[in-house]
Amino acid sequence: MGEVREVDAAEITRAVRDLCIEINYTIPEDMVAAVKRAREKEESPVGRQILDLLIRNQDLAAQGEYPYCQDTGSTVVFIDVGQDVHITGADLEDAINEGVGQGYTEGYLRGSIVGDPVFERKNTGNNTPAFIHTRVVPGDQITLKVDAKGGGSENKGRHAMLKPSDGLEGVKSFVLRTVAEAGPDACPPGIIGVGVGGNFEYCAMLAKRALVRKVGQPNPDPRIAELEADLFEKCNALGIGPQSLGGTQTVLAVHVETMATHIASLPVAVNIECHAHRTGTKVI
Amino acid sequence: MPVETLDDGRKRIRAPLSDEDVGQLKAGDVVLVSGVMYAARDAAHKRLIEMLDAGEELPFDPTGQIVYYVGPTPERPGHVIGSAGPTTASRMDKYTPAMLDLGLKGIIGKGGRGPVVRDALKEHTAVYMAALGGGGALAALQIRSQKVIAFGELGPEAIREMEVEDLPVWVVNDCEGADFYSKAVAPWRKNDLLPEEFRLPAQA
Repeated sequence: MGEVREVDAAEITRAVRDLCIEINYTIPEDMVAAVKRAREKEESPVGRQILDLLIRNQDLAAQGEYPYCQDTGSTVVFIDVGQDVHITGADLEDAINEGVGQGYTEGYLRGSIVGDPVFERKNTGNNTPAFIHTRVVPGDQITLKVDAKGGGSENKGRHAMLKPSDGLEGVKSFVLRTVAEAGPDACPPGIIGVGVGGNFEYCAMLAKRALVRKVGQPNPDPRIAELEADLFEKCNALGIGPQSLGGTQTVLAVHVETMATHIASLPVAVNIECHAHRTGTKVI
Repeated sequence: MPVETLDDGRKRIRAPLSDEDVGQLKAGDVVLVSGVMYAARDAAHKRLIEMLDAGEELPFDPTGQIVYYVGPTPERPGHVIGSAGPTTASRMDKYTPAMLDLGLKGIIGKGGRGPVVRDALKEHTAVYMAALGGGGALAALQIRSQKVIAFGELGPEAIREMEVEDLPVWVVNDCEGADFYSKAVAPWRKNDLLPEEFRLPAQA
């Protein structure tokens, strides 16, 4: 156990604010590199034209005047709080939402959140509340990871409780079907986040966390890395291509995360992130 | 002239469009949209249909016009608009036949449309086109002016009248029932690498 370290909530607010603005204008380097790789590999002339346009869109957005996409996302915040940290000055979730509100307002980003899902559906105006996932971890630091998650690709995610007898082939088939059915609606090419195992809610969380891994970095478990490589090849064999206009580059990466599960269960979740991959990390 | 064919084969269109104009636009065509169009997405469509059901006059006359499914980011000072790429069109499927009934001729969004909309496009001689999904910054550069004409309280979902210059789009569903996505993808599917359920019939 270390000494207790005090962290002013205002620091968290500032970090969230800055991240919201930065990621919506500047696509991270690993994603820029992944799109360039796809441009080199794409065999369809139309697909290459589309990827050239996406690269131009990245460059234009990085100038800081226009966000990469008009859907500046729901704000997904992964926060790992060291157990030796004492947060002062405000409640943690209030501090995060304050940062989201400031970032979206000052950064000319779109408020894309409605306050309730089926009654008034009134826009909250500043993109709050964020979807916050908090973990307590060893140490005296706070790690903030923010993902601005587009709604179009989010809508194409799927979750299933397969039978253990469906096995690996069942998992692969479910992932492929999800990508095939998403087709043009999820703005390909993108990243496919897959969760396998856990229980109902952990599985979805695995898929979401898989999206914010460094683009194309294989899972350290060689069996899972092999599954990722196989799914990557098969997803691209679907021929959907950039913008679903046909081509060899449908996905830029498939990231799979796994977890222990119940003897009766084989949960699988697929979360799709479009080429507007807007994520960033800050450590306090 | 509402439809102009350029030397490179692309077509430039300008609303209002007639049935004959729409008939010149074929699935797969690259089209540059110029002139006026109306921005409306989920919440605006819901309200428009409620107004129709209540027998009220709509804030714009859709006859011969083009609707763009977009909810832009707020404009910075000195800019016409913020990022303004298309949103997923299939969410508007429920509302589209009623809009086509009123004489709407062109729709711009992204992604596929359901069979009901594809049939309605045929029946009403109208066309669905896709803009670059996720290309919001580039799209903003083609928009020359915009003003909110209804439902300002909906923020990004308000109805806007926009003037655009050469916004590039692809014809996905034309008025003869063709679907460009299925045609475009089939030749690239590698059946030998895929389980049986994902294989497509070999190309003729």
